[in-house]
Amino acid sequence: MRRVVVTGLGLVTPLGADVETSWKNILASKSGAGRITRFDPADQVCQIACEVKMDGSDMALDLSKRVDHKIQRQVDLFIQFGIDAAGQAMEDAGLTDLSDEERLRAGCSIGSGIGGLPGIEKESIVLHERGPRRVSPHFVHGRLINLVSGQVSIKYGLQGPNHAVVTACSTGAHSIGDAARMIMLDDADIMVAGGAESAICPLGIAGFSQAKALSTRNDEPERASRPYDIGRDGFVMGEGAGIVVLEEYERAKKRGATIYGEVVGYGLTGDAYHVTAPHEDGSGGFRSMKNALARAGVDPADIDYINAHGTSTPLGDEIELNAVRRLFGSALDTTSMSSTKSAIGHLLGGAGAVEAIFCLLAMRDQVAPPTINLDNPSEGCKGVDLVPNVPKEREIRACLNNSFGFGGTNASLVLKKV
Amino acid sequence: MSDVAERVKKIVVEHLGVEPEKVTEEASFIDDLGADSLDTVELVMAFEEEFGVEIPDDAAEKILTVRDAINYIKEHKGDA
Repeated sequence: MRRVVVTGLGLVTPLGADVETSWKNILASKSGAGRITRFDPADQVCQIACEVKMDGSDMALDLSKRVDHKIQRQVDLFIQFGIDAAGQAMEDAGLTDLSDEERLRAGCSIGSGIGGLPGIEKESIVLHERGPRRVSPHFVHGRLINLVSGQVSIKYGLQGPNHAVVTACSTGAHSIGDAARMIMLDDADIMVAGGAESAICPLGIAGFSQAKALSTRNDEPERASRPYDIGRDGFVMGEGAGIVVLEEYERAKKRGATIYGEVVGYGLTGDAYHVTAPHEDGSGGFRSMKNALARAGVDPADIDYINAHGTSTPLGDEIELNAVRRLFGSALDTTSMSSTKSAIGHLLGGAGAVEAIFCLLAMRDQVAPPTINLDNPSEGCKGVDLVPNVPKEREIRACLNNSFGFGGTNASLVLKKV
Repeated sequence: MSDVAERVKKIVVEHLGVEPEKVTEEASFIDDLGADSLDTVELVMAFEEEFGVEIPDDAAEKILTVRDAINYIKEHKGDA
């Protein structure tokens, strides 16, 4: 099987509009959470989120840099975040000027969990109040999930596989795993892969709130996302995009590309249990991790850092942790595990890809990012190095990244230094 | 009535993201201003909105240039 490496990174997160700013703020234990500004949340049960800043501050995203003016008017924010992050990754990889022949062997696998919910919400009001002839001709293509892949492929002329995963909060990890396999199986030499999300709108917040998934710590937004902590009460919704350039190893080596790491393992399973709750025995996540390690040909003892799914929900965090304990056994004594959702919230379909990038940066800089707001681990979360509150410098040779989604869908990636 | 021309041009600039100098009366939305078929539907909707006119599909199909739009609006404005 052909080997697949990561040669470009792109991030739009609530802590920065690029890779280095986001990472610097993660390592500074900052929180991207605050009261919702995108709309007035006064009548919502949950009034907080981790928004991508667009206020001109040093963390803020300037969409005009990489997103055409016309496209900005036509498409939902998740697509624009995806276009920007994909652009960063292509520039970082040095692949913005591919030859005609190379373009035929380069593709996209960028998904989203929810897609253009804010636009759907707005346009349905137009339909209801003003009738069908006032609905925008850009409505459909501006909300569809596969239009991140569509837009990015058009921008760079990428004519290989054009794919878009929709597996809720596992989307980002599945997108990278599927894309890596397309290169392994010789369908492509280069894949732009990851996830994008922006569902911070009244309908999105109300829907997740009614499912009792969100934290309601409205008076302390920055303290609300607190995975493993005894005071955790749900996740904080995030938004943004994480996109990588995957490349066949020999090709990357030959052109002297910067190699951030190799995608060595990918495991995917289903819970077949409940639409929103994980199975209590965590067997879905357990088998997903086990399969990823087996595919990678590594033992738990080879994994130095785990970027957990860890969303800060009372049930999920402990179930995942128990599954990790069961798989790793005593090897967990020397492994660090953290949830960066504590800092940037839950990016839903973007989460798995953003967190895979954090794993690659953890290997580059030999530092495990912290779980912030972890003051008092709950009873079931004790005895594991969850990297509380401050980053930890340590040897990191290989990482495991978990993502689990509504519908009982699980994905795990193993990334390794080359 | 030159007011109509100015308002039409403003809408075109805003919707297509083109330089104002490019929006001459001769300019074709598709050939000169980079619009696609979806953009022309959106432009017609914006004209309807701005001027309170209704532009039926068969008439909209014949509006290919900035001048076509200005003329149609001048002829039909106040019909309603």
